[in-house]
Amino acid sequence: MDLNYSPEEQAFREEVRGWLRENLPADLREKVSTHAHLAKDDLQRWHRILAARGWVAPSWPKEWGGTGWDPVQRYIFEEESGYAGAPPLLPFGLSMCGPVLLKFGTDEQKRRFLPRIYGGDDFWCQGYSEPGSGSDLASLKTRATREGGHYVVNGQKTWTTLAHYGDWIFCLVRTDAAAKKQEGISFLLIDMKTPGITVRPLILMDGGHEVNEVFFDDVKVPVENRVADEGMGWTVAKYLLGHERMNTARIGTSRRELENLKEFAATQRKNGRALLEDTRFRDKISRLEVELMALEITNLRFLDQLRGGRPPGAEVSMLKITGTEIQQRLTELMMEAAGPTSDIALAQRYCNYRKTSIYAGSNEIQRNIIAKMSLGL
Amino acid sequence: MKFDYNEEQRLLSDSVRRFVAQDYGFEARRAIVASKEGMSATVWSTLAELGLLGLPFSSDDGGFGGGAVDLMGVMEAMGEGLVVEPYLSTLMASRCVAAAGTDEQKQRILPGVIDGSIRMAFAQGEKDARFDLDHVQARATRAKEGFALEGEKLAVVHAPVADFLVVSARSGGKGISLFLVDAKSAGITLRSYRTLDEMPAADISFRNVPCTLVGTEGEALPIIEAVVDFATALVCAEAVGALKYANDATLEYLKTRKQFGVPIGAFQALQHRMVDMVISYEQAKSMASLACAKIDSAKDAAERKRVVSAAKIRIADACRHVSQESVQLHGGMGMSEELKVSHTFRRLTAIAQQFGDADHHLERLARG
Ligand SMILES: Cc1cc2nc3c(=O)[nH]c(=O)nc-3n(C[C@H](O)[C@H](O)[C@H](O)COP(=O)(O)OP(=O)(O)OC[C@H]3O[C@@H](n4cnc5c(N)ncnc54)[C@H](O)[C@@H]3O)c2cc1C
Repeated sequence: MDLNYSPEEQAFREEVRGWLRENLPADLREKVSTHAHLAKDDLQRWHRILAARGWVAPSWPKEWGGTGWDPVQRYIFEEESGYAGAPPLLPFGLSMCGPVLLKFGTDEQKRRFLPRIYGGDDFWCQGYSEPGSGSDLASLKTRATREGGHYVVNGQKTWTTLAHYGDWIFCLVRTDAAAKKQEGISFLLIDMKTPGITVRPLILMDGGHEVNEVFFDDVKVPVENRVADEGMGWTVAKYLLGHERMNTARIGTSRRELENLKEFAATQRKNGRALLEDTRFRDKISRLEVELMALEITNLRFLDQLRGGRPPGAEVSMLKITGTEIQQRLTELMMEAAGPTSDIALAQRYCNYRKTSIYAGSNEIQRNIIAKMSLGL
Repeated sequence: MKFDYNEEQRLLSDSVRRFVAQDYGFEARRAIVASKEGMSATVWSTLAELGLLGLPFSSDDGGFGGGAVDLMGVMEAMGEGLVVEPYLSTLMASRCVAAAGTDEQKQRILPGVIDGSIRMAFAQGEKDARFDLDHVQARATRAKEGFALEGEKLAVVHAPVADFLVVSARSGGKGISLFLVDAKSAGITLRSYRTLDEMPAADISFRNVPCTLVGTEGEALPIIEAVVDFATALVCAEAVGALKYANDATLEYLKTRKQFGVPIGAFQALQHRMVDMVISYEQAKSMASLACAKIDSAKDAAERKRVVSAAKIRIADACRHVSQESVQLHGGMGMSEELKVSHTFRRLTAIAQQFGDADHHLERLARG
C-alpha cells in the first residue's frame, strides 16, 4: 500500500494548478468564493475557456475532445478546479446529455449536438422530474404522441435547474401509455424555443431563482430528436445514473470551504477570543475536517478500484451521501460562526444547501440503492 | 404536579389559536411580510384587544398579572402561525420599564403598550458580543436633562417598527445601565433589513441621542438577564408551536404524497425518521414547560438560569433536527418558498440561535 500520489500524478496536479492560476479569471474566482450569483454568461465563459484548452469534457472519447485522463487524473483535475474556486461545470450537457449521445446517439445526432455541447454553444437542462414523479421517476406522465415525422409533447416537468437559461432540454417522456411503466418511456431532445413551451420560475426558500416549472403544450418535436429506440428511455436513464461521474463528492470545493470556515471563525469573537480558538467550536470544525479527509481517501480508493477495471456501483451513492452531508455541515457551521448578525447571506446559503440531500437522487434513495445493490437487502 | 393549562390559560390560547387560524393564515402572513413595514398594525391592535399585551404586567401597572406559564399557549399559537409582529420584542423592552422604571416612565410607556399604541424593541447586541449580555460598549453620558447615548447596536429585531427602544449602555465608569429612547429622536440611524425568519430588524447607530435612565445606574445586568431569560423561555414555547406545525405538515405529507404506488409514509425508513421528530418535539415541549414554570417559580436566579439554559439547549437541538427533517421528507417541495414548511424551517433555524445558541447555553449551564 502506498497512499501517495505518483510523481506523474503530482506533476499533473502541478500542471493543472499552474494553468488554473493563469487562466481562471479573477472576477469569476471572486464570485465563486463569495458565493455571489453566477449569471449564465459567467458559467459559459468558464466553460469556453476550458473548451479552448481542451479540458472541458475529460471523460469523453478523444475523437470528441476527451483528454484520455484516467479516473485519478480526472479526480485531480476536479479537485483542483473546485479548490481554486472555478465556477462549476454544469453537468446537464457535458456529463448527462453528452455521454448519452456517445452511447446511444446516431452519428448524425453526435455530429449535430456534441460539438455544440463541447463548445458551450447550447445551454442544456434536464427534464426528468414531474410534480407526481420525483424519486419514482418511472411513473412520469408527460406524453409524446407520434404524428408523422413528429412527436407532440404535452405535460409538465418541474424543479428544472436553470431552464430559464436553457437552449435545449433532454426529457424523459411517455410514448406508450399501454406498456409497463419502465417500457413506455423515450428520451427526447427538445429545443426550448419550440412553440408551446412555457418556463415558470420556482422560488426556493432562500429567495433565489434557480429552478423552474416547464410546461409543454402541443410541442412538436422532430422524430430525429429521439435518442435510442422508442421505449428505450428508461435504459438510457439508467445508463446515465451508472455513468454519473464520481465528482458528486466535491472534495476540492469542500476543502476550499473548510479553509473559508477557519478563516471566518478566526475573525469572529467569542468570550473576547477568536471563535476558532474556542474548543467547543474548534472541535466541530476538526470533526468535519476528519470526515472530509476520510471521504477524500474513500473517493480515491473507489477510483483505484475503477482504474483496476471494477465498474462503479453503489460506491457513487456513498460518495453522494457523504459529500452532500459534508457540504451541508460546512454551510451550517459558517452560519453558526456568524452568530447574530445583519448579514444573512450565510444563513441563506445554509437554507439553499438543504437541496443537496434532495436532488440528484435523494440521500434516502441513495441508501436504498446501497442496501439493494451492495448489501443484497 | 399538574401539566394542564387552567381554564383561563386554555381560553386565552384558544382565542389566539382561533385568531391565527382565521386571520393569520399563510397567505395573510405572506402579504404582511411583503408589506413595506413588514408587520400589520391591524394584527397588532387585535393582539392588544385579546389582552395579550397587558397579560404579563401587574395589576398596578394596568395588566393582568400573568406569568410565563400564562403566555405559553399564546406563544405556541404564535409559533404555529409564524407571527412576525413585535410581541416578544415589545414585552422584553416594556418589562425592563416595568421592573425598574420610574413612575413617570411607566406612565409614559406601559398604558400605551397595553392598549397597543406603543411598540418597542430591545437593543442589546453589539459587534463581537455574540450572545454575551455583558459585552456592552455603547456609552451614555449625563446631559442637561437625562443622558445622551453613543454607540452601535446590531441585529435589533423589530427596531424599524418600534416607537421606543430600551438600550443597554455603560455610563460614568459604572457597570451596565438601561436607557429608554424615543425611536424618532434625532441622532438615530437605522440600517434596516429582514432577518432570515422574515422579521423587520436593524443595525442602529446612536449619536448623541437623548434618553432617560431606567433603574439604578450601573446595576442593570441582573434585570437584563432576567428579561432575556423570560424571553428565552417564551421563545422556547414559541418553538414548540413551530415544531408542531413542522411535524403535523410532514406527517400529513407522508400520508398523502405517493411514490412507487404507495404513500411515502409506507417506507419504514421514513416512519422511523418521523417518529424521531415526534420524540424531539415531546422532549422540547417538556423543557419549554419546565422553563416557563421556573420563570414563574424559581427560588433564585441561579435556578432560573440553569433551567432556561437546559431548555434552550434541548430546543435548539429539536429546532435543528425537526427543521432539517421536515424539509428533507418533503423532497423538492420542502425547498419551495411557496410552502409554509420552508418558512417554518427558517423560523426554527433562527430560534435555535436566538438569545444564545446551544453552545452558549452549554457553557452557561456548565458554569452553574
Ligand atoms: C434545487 C433542486 C434542483 C433540481 N434540479 C432538477 C433538474 O434540473 N432536473 C430534474 O429533472 N429534477 C431536478 N430536481 C428534482 C429532484 O431530482 C427531486 O426533487 C428528487 O428526485 C426528489 O423527488 P421529489 O422532490 O418528488 O420528492 P419525493 O420523491 O416525493 O420524496 C419525498 C421524500 O420521500 C423520500 N422517499 C421517496 N421514496 C422513498 C423510498 N422508496 N424510500 C425511502 N424514502 C423515500 C425522499 O427521499 C424524500 O425525502 C431538483 C430538485 C431540487 C430541490
